[in-house]
Amino acid sequence: MTRAHALLATLLALLVAFPAAASPYALSVATLILFFAFAGQAWNVMMGFAGQLSLGHSLYVGVGAYAAAGLYFHFGIGAWAGVFLAIAACVLLGAAIGFLAFRFGISGVYFALLTIAFAEFTRIGFDHIQWLGGPGGLFIKVEHRTGWDLLNLRGAPAMFYYVMLGLTCAAFALCAWLLRSRAGYYWQAIRENEEAAQALGINTFRWKMLAVVISSAMTAVAGVFFAFYYNNLFPEQIFHISRSIEIILGPIIGGLGTLFGPILGAAVLTILADGITELLAALGWEFPGVKQVFYGLVLLIVVMFLPHGIWPTLARKLGVGK
Amino acid sequence: MSALLELRGISKSFRGLRAVSDASFEVPKGAISALIGPNGAGKTTCFNVIAGVYKPDSGSIHFDGVPIQGLRPDQVCGAGIGRTFQIVKPFAGLTVLENVVVGALKREPSVSAAEKRAAEIMEKLGLGSKRGQPASSLTLPDRKRLEVARALATRPKLLLLDEVMAGLRPTECDQMVEVFREINRAEGLTILLIEHVMRAVMALAQRVIVLNHGEIIARGTPVEVVRDPAVLECYLGEEAEV
Amino acid sequence: MDPVNVVNLVLAGVLTGLVYGLMALGLSVIFGVVRVVNFAHGEMMTIAMYAAVVLFAAFKLDPFLAVLPIAAAFFLLGYALQAGLINPFITRPEHSQFMLLVAVALIMVNALLVGFGPDARSVQLDYLLESIEVGPLLLDRGKLFAALVACGTAALLFAFFKLTPTGKAIRACADNYLGAKVVGLNVKHLYALTFGLGSACVAVAGCMMVLLVDVTPNLGPAYTLLAFVIVIVGGLGSMAGALLGGVLIGVSEALAGLLITPSAKSMFSFGLLILVLLLRPQGLLGRKT
Repeated sequence: MTRAHALLATLLALLVAFPAAASPYALSVATLILFFAFAGQAWNVMMGFAGQLSLGHSLYVGVGAYAAAGLYFHFGIGAWAGVFLAIAACVLLGAAIGFLAFRFGISGVYFALLTIAFAEFTRIGFDHIQWLGGPGGLFIKVEHRTGWDLLNLRGAPAMFYYVMLGLTCAAFALCAWLLRSRAGYYWQAIRENEEAAQALGINTFRWKMLAVVISSAMTAVAGVFFAFYYNNLFPEQIFHISRSIEIILGPIIGGLGTLFGPILGAAVLTILADGITELLAALGWEFPGVKQVFYGLVLLIVVMFLPHGIWPTLARKLGVGK
Repeated sequence: MSALLELRGISKSFRGLRAVSDASFEVPKGAISALIGPNGAGKTTCFNVIAGVYKPDSGSIHFDGVPIQGLRPDQVCGAGIGRTFQIVKPFAGLTVLENVVVGALKREPSVSAAEKRAAEIMEKLGLGSKRGQPASSLTLPDRKRLEVARALATRPKLLLLDEVMAGLRPTECDQMVEVFREINRAEGLTILLIEHVMRAVMALAQRVIVLNHGEIIARGTPVEVVRDPAVLECYLGEEAEV
Repeated sequence: MDPVNVVNLVLAGVLTGLVYGLMALGLSVIFGVVRVVNFAHGEMMTIAMYAAVVLFAAFKLDPFLAVLPIAAAFFLLGYALQAGLINPFITRPEHSQFMLLVAVALIMVNALLVGFGPDARSVQLDYLLESIEVGPLLLDRGKLFAALVACGTAALLFAFFKLTPTGKAIRACADNYLGAKVVGLNVKHLYALTFGLGSACVAVAGCMMVLLVDVTPNLGPAYTLLAFVIVIVGGLGSMAGALLGGVLIGVSEALAGLLITPSAKSMFSFGLLILVLLLRPQGLLGRKT
């Protein structure tokens, strides 16, 4: 067993045992960390691996959430089926955006702006879909907080924690596999130099599409979780550009294109942010927006001084790979 | 010798500027040919048209009898043409080995097979000892070698080399010449190179095509071309030392 | 639909659009010359709006006068931002620069939220309450004066770039970075100058905008996106395009508010952005990537 595997196994063991010892508050923070770790990994596939900057990932979180929530709210169909609809919808959306962008040669910052435009367009659009609650929001009944109903995602907070842990681990395994496969090589080639990649026979359009589709599908699942964890959805909140930015903070701070970076970044950011808000609250300074200022500062510092993120340096010290 | 690559009447303009005008030439199979001419003559444009980066305005390109004009760059690679770039484009964030693996994956079914093939090619080009280094840390000659290795990994029938000697010292240049001579002799790889460094052209090429202002003004063996008055006037100068 | 009402609405849209245009002009200048995607543009405008509110609340300073110190301050801040923070980033990959400004924007919006709270603030000037009648048409005084200031500022900027040596030097940098360096222009200084000018534009636009709408911290991101829509629709690097784009957006928002529900008017802008991004001719997309 390599060093990396040993460390990962230890970490996993700790995470599995965590709920037994944690307070409800700590459990909710941990669940949030795992959520961002998962969503961050999804975004990392598109940006970290394939180099396509999306600043509109809230689109997939939102559509995924509303798809599953809508099914449950109107037809009583649980999350187990809702997730398929969510993935299908987001894959279609992602494919459409990718197709339009790549066929028309949109890349870089313009691509980012395109993704923002789609997310904003959808945000305002959903404000007008009364069937899904409109601006007033869609509320799902919170039922049985004790038992574990995995199919409908109704249950105790610990259940949500383990679901998210499972998802994060699955995403990690998927990304690890992808990175070492042909896809990983081709994506990185496209990221580094698309023209050279084409000269080596890579159909860059097809592979970029694959990255977008996988990323959107994974993010859709995050959306479904979001819906059933928070039990309320507002277009203004879930499609807002702040959600998109929250998702990308983890991977950027942890390390773009690495495997463990998004997870580490999400953890560091959430723990620090929560720590600071708690500290300020204890001092009597409770202001909305302080956490976000902190996020901005951390992002600024990382972008300026640690462009490759925290993980690569740490990984070298620990003697492990990506 | 039969022609592996045939250009017939290729023209390409950019916003009214004729970069290549009615160019026709053949690249014989198994030989090394050179495309020379002054700067701005249209040599790289020719390459880019062949490689699928540009669509020609008119004319046809036949590779091994199959028309390839209008194909995308990745399709041209699939047909069997590999190319290097005038300004090298390494995958900076990847290691040397990983760079070549990307190329090898075109023909190899799995990553492990690609790694094996990549290792072979790197040995041939003297990059074996640097396999784990990030491509960004290589010196210019090594970057050029990497560029060639990557292209070779795609098992091309024709290799297009765009000014691969530029920036190399004479000894480095001679080393590269040896590498190409060896590949050409051992595997029969057809090579078409754009070159300004006449030393390399004379050492390598069996056939030379001269371009000026987008038009072909001479073709033949190196010795013939170097004596051609039109070539001397536009490019080599009366007192050309070769 | 009463035609006079529609015309009044369109006119109001034109006037507001001119203020939008000035904001976008600042971005066009920054984006066009320094090639920086200023994701904090709208946030800067929001800060200017708050500055006007504060000066009015504290000193009863008319925003039309406050424009001068605020624009000057923003010029210096913009210069400092470019010189200190962004210039070192010129050689970094594009998305790095972008992220830097995303971070700055994030800090700005939320600092405003922390400082001023989420409630709306505004500036009430009594002499702007009446409307001006021009025949059957009704012009809102605030909008008219704001639009005039916007046009005036734009004209000054045009003149600067066309007529002064520094202006020409900046245009040279935009056209050819390397060439400009070769002839000895201090490109870093000129970049910072340009960012300063763009910021000053935004400041003026902000002071004018606060006369037209109430300000809340989350206007920032909305204006940033709006600025990009305008600049891209109007044509990158074209100053007239920015103003034209602004007017176009102002009018379309006014009409969309009339034809569809008012809250959907931004949808139109984003839809337009998507269309323009996709259908733009290849030439305009040939940026440094």
